[in-house]
Amino acid sequence: MNQIWIPAHLQHFTNGSERVEISGSNIRQVIRALDNKYPGLGEQLREGDMLTPGMTVAINGSVDHLGLYATLDEDSEIHFIPAIEGG
Amino acid sequence: MTDYTTRITTVINGQEEKFFCEPRESLLEILRDRLQLTGTKEGCNDGNCGACTVILDGVSVNSCCVLGVEAENATIETIEGLADGDRLHPLQQAFIRETALQCGYCTPGLIMAAKDLLAHEPLPSNERIRLWLANNLCRCTGYTRIIKAVAQAAKELHQKP
Amino acid sequence: MKHAEGQVDFKVIGTTPERPDGIEKVTGRARFADDIHLPRMLFGKILRSPHAHAIIKGIDTSKALALPGVHGALTGEDFPQLESTVISHGGASTIDIKDLAENCIARDKALYDGHAVAAVVADNYHIAEQALELIEVDYEILTPVLEIEDALKDDAPVLHETFSPGGFILQTEKSHSNAGSFKLRLGDADRAFQNADHVLEETFQTRCVHQGYIEPHSVTVEWSHNHIMSVWTSTQGHFAIREQLAFILRHPLNKVKVTPMEIGGGFGGKDQVYIEPIAAMFAKNTGRPVKIAMSRADMLRGTGPSPGANIRVKLAAKKDGTLLGADLTLAYEAGAYPGGPVTSAALQATARYNIPDQQILGHDVLLNKPKMKQYRAPGGLPVNFAMESMLDILARKLELDPLEVRLTNAMVTGDRMITGIPCQKIGGKELLKAVRKHPHFTSHLTGRNPGRGLAYAMWFGAGMTSSAALTANPDGSVKLSVGTPDLSGTRMTLAMQAAETLGIPVSSISVSIPDTDSIAFSFMAVGSRTTHSTGLAVYEAAQQLLRRMTERAALYWDVDETDVTFSDGMFNNQKDSTLTLTFTEMAHLLEKLGGPITVQSSVTPKSNGAQLTAHLVDIDVDTETGKIEIQRYTAFQDVGKAIHPDYVSGQMQGGVAQGIGWALSEAYQYDEAGHLLNTTLLDYRMPTSLDLPDIETVILETPNPNHPFGVRGVGESSIMPPAGALANALYDAVGIRMTALPMTPGAVLEKLKKKQRGS
Repeated sequence: MNQIWIPAHLQHFTNGSERVEISGSNIRQVIRALDNKYPGLGEQLREGDMLTPGMTVAINGSVDHLGLYATLDEDSEIHFIPAIEGG
Repeated sequence: MTDYTTRITTVINGQEEKFFCEPRESLLEILRDRLQLTGTKEGCNDGNCGACTVILDGVSVNSCCVLGVEAENATIETIEGLADGDRLHPLQQAFIRETALQCGYCTPGLIMAAKDLLAHEPLPSNERIRLWLANNLCRCTGYTRIIKAVAQAAKELHQKP
Repeated sequence: MKHAEGQVDFKVIGTTPERPDGIEKVTGRARFADDIHLPRMLFGKILRSPHAHAIIKGIDTSKALALPGVHGALTGEDFPQLESTVISHGGASTIDIKDLAENCIARDKALYDGHAVAAVVADNYHIAEQALELIEVDYEILTPVLEIEDALKDDAPVLHETFSPGGFILQTEKSHSNAGSFKLRLGDADRAFQNADHVLEETFQTRCVHQGYIEPHSVTVEWSHNHIMSVWTSTQGHFAIREQLAFILRHPLNKVKVTPMEIGGGFGGKDQVYIEPIAAMFAKNTGRPVKIAMSRADMLRGTGPSPGANIRVKLAAKKDGTLLGADLTLAYEAGAYPGGPVTSAALQATARYNIPDQQILGHDVLLNKPKMKQYRAPGGLPVNFAMESMLDILARKLELDPLEVRLTNAMVTGDRMITGIPCQKIGGKELLKAVRKHPHFTSHLTGRNPGRGLAYAMWFGAGMTSSAALTANPDGSVKLSVGTPDLSGTRMTLAMQAAETLGIPVSSISVSIPDTDSIAFSFMAVGSRTTHSTGLAVYEAAQQLLRRMTERAALYWDVDETDVTFSDGMFNNQKDSTLTLTFTEMAHLLEKLGGPITVQSSVTPKSNGAQLTAHLVDIDVDTETGKIEIQRYTAFQDVGKAIHPDYVSGQMQGGVAQGIGWALSEAYQYDEAGHLLNTTLLDYRMPTSLDLPDIETVILETPNPNHPFGVRGVGESSIMPPAGALANALYDAVGIRMTALPMTPGAVLEKLKKKQRGS
């Protein structure tokens, strides 16, 4: 099972839980499973065929630019965070 | 509309140059656009950054604040005239060696300003260098290496026979 | 991937060769964007709104067009009408193309003093300027909103009836009519405040500043008969320019070719189009090359400065100085369009400290100023100023040493940041201990009113995609092409990484940054990513090259590929140990073995290693004028591995200088109607050589395990600590706590007088 950290503004979907456990071998599956368990959460995390613009996903501490299409090798720790750029 | 275009003769980097000039054109425009000596740069066009520094009759000036017509019968030195073929001037060598440039945009103006300083004060102190170069803005380096490069070039020039 | 941890025996890495473009730059031969001259070129100038907030009811360009020498005029209506669409450059940063296009030239509304509303093209700039004065614009002036507090009021003038809160904001709903908001949370901050021995709270204000690059924006565009748009511009990212132009003008991507010229500074301000669409449209309409350059006033008014901010910090601490919790509100100016750097600010606000319970509320606030952008670490300095001031306030309240308090709380590898993500390998405590051991830390202070201050910062930077191509030539020379523009010498640090991998001298490698047709996609030179991410692409390309040459060596020696190994710059024949070839010898043989080899690599690393930096500053304060004289400045930074130590040191010094300007003298000044008052470099006061001391740098190296040479990004984090360090030094010197920037002599004096009066 993967451990998903839920962004603060979406924790009302998970009854205030900061972390939830969800299965899935890629981010798309994870989001679908999250939406099944917490209806409405899925459409906050994705917009059409990509993650919500401005959001990115970190898997085991590293940002994966494949976003929605990133795959998970094993049980992973997943964070949805604002995208980082630079100047 | 009356055309006030004037024909100007001047000496730039030891060569005689003739060009046409409108009264409203600055020396900076003449150098960059008419003569295509693009080594001298524009940063602000109002005398506040020093990127356009050249030496006019032995004095460093902001060429954006000099009219093109003032070049008549003057002697002008720009960055293009500093190296002797492949042999770089000690200031140029020192800037490279000391990593006194990053983007390199302020570099021509800085080198010309420094050249003027060293022509009048062969071994200036670091404080004097900082004071002299205060009209040349650099946004990349924080000036530390620039001061060191100028001080080093001064020593080298001083040692030359 | 080979990891270099522990490897100390580099041949090229860590040395200081001279960069190849150095000669071009000291002789004035290097070609910056404005140095281009094309046959029959025309020159464009842009008319900018003199009003901070106005409806554009109509624009009449007929008189301008009638002026002899004018070849065309444009307004926003001449450009394709776009729908609000978020584009992401290769899956990275996001930008709403409609906002971007309207920022380049307004449609219905002018949203800030300096917003482009029309343009002309003419035989020369003088005629173009005359023509601008003949353009008649009918404005209906609206009340502008210029301060964060005002923009957040319910009855504030509204900039956009609808807007999506912007690329960086998580929440998709507006929180106010002029702001998008978001929250970050770890644990339970309320619990921390209940359990604390001490609770401190303070608010801070900073002002809008400009990146201040000395080179103005300049672009030349030529539109060929078969509709190929060729663009030469000053940019940190030519692929981003290509994409943005293609979208704005509805032109196929493969018919836009962008050449990055040498760039005279960017610092985050040159990563998007400003004048390019207008130049391109003129080039199309006239059939001639068109150049547009921005004046300094144009740039200050009409590009992307870095936002001012109102920041509230509340800290919960134990009496031994351990931080239990933090609660921050960050309200940053977004400017005229949403999507400013506030989320980046939130991500790095507390990142270097281990705080188990924390929350941050962020507001991206629309107001009638230019659209705000990055300036080195986006949003970093304002929140670092606030947090580092608070750490000092805490230390003094508890009578603890400021450095010890930071050591107590410093994040170590594995501690969780506010996102919940465990910190990757860092050497935070080691860095702070290095500060403590340094002679500056214990040196005697001199002066009439001397003081010493410290600040600590962390930034992550960006991974993103980079590409590199390598060719081994039959004469033994190597050509390296990379897709990331060189801002300050990265063409050399990339060549050094190639040289180290291939076992050849760096002088046999020639580097270039080709146009968008001639190299694979690369993300911009931002986010401290070039030496790291493009370096990875170079490393991968070099490994590919070695594999291909290994195949050729096997051919030459008539053995299997598995019998050939490469190490220490030599190809070795495992079947006969007397047979070896250097890289160069192998290259010489290529003609006989099938010809030159070219390889290309595109990589997308997942991060570029955290950048940790700490600054120590000594000042002397003149209590009659309020002037702060900086006497000594030492910047410490953990760079993972310094490929070229002088360039690394240079990046640190540059960030320090910029931070000092931001802290002491730079700020946008607006009047009540929203006009920018300081539009020259006389009044927008950047540091000169007289304002700064020699900046000393100390480089530490905790290798980044995700890079073959241990590289971490370098360029950005050094801009963050100067304001906090100077504010702390000021308190140390004369006992006043500045909570607003810039700390000009006037501001310091006023605070001193208040203190003397006992208020």
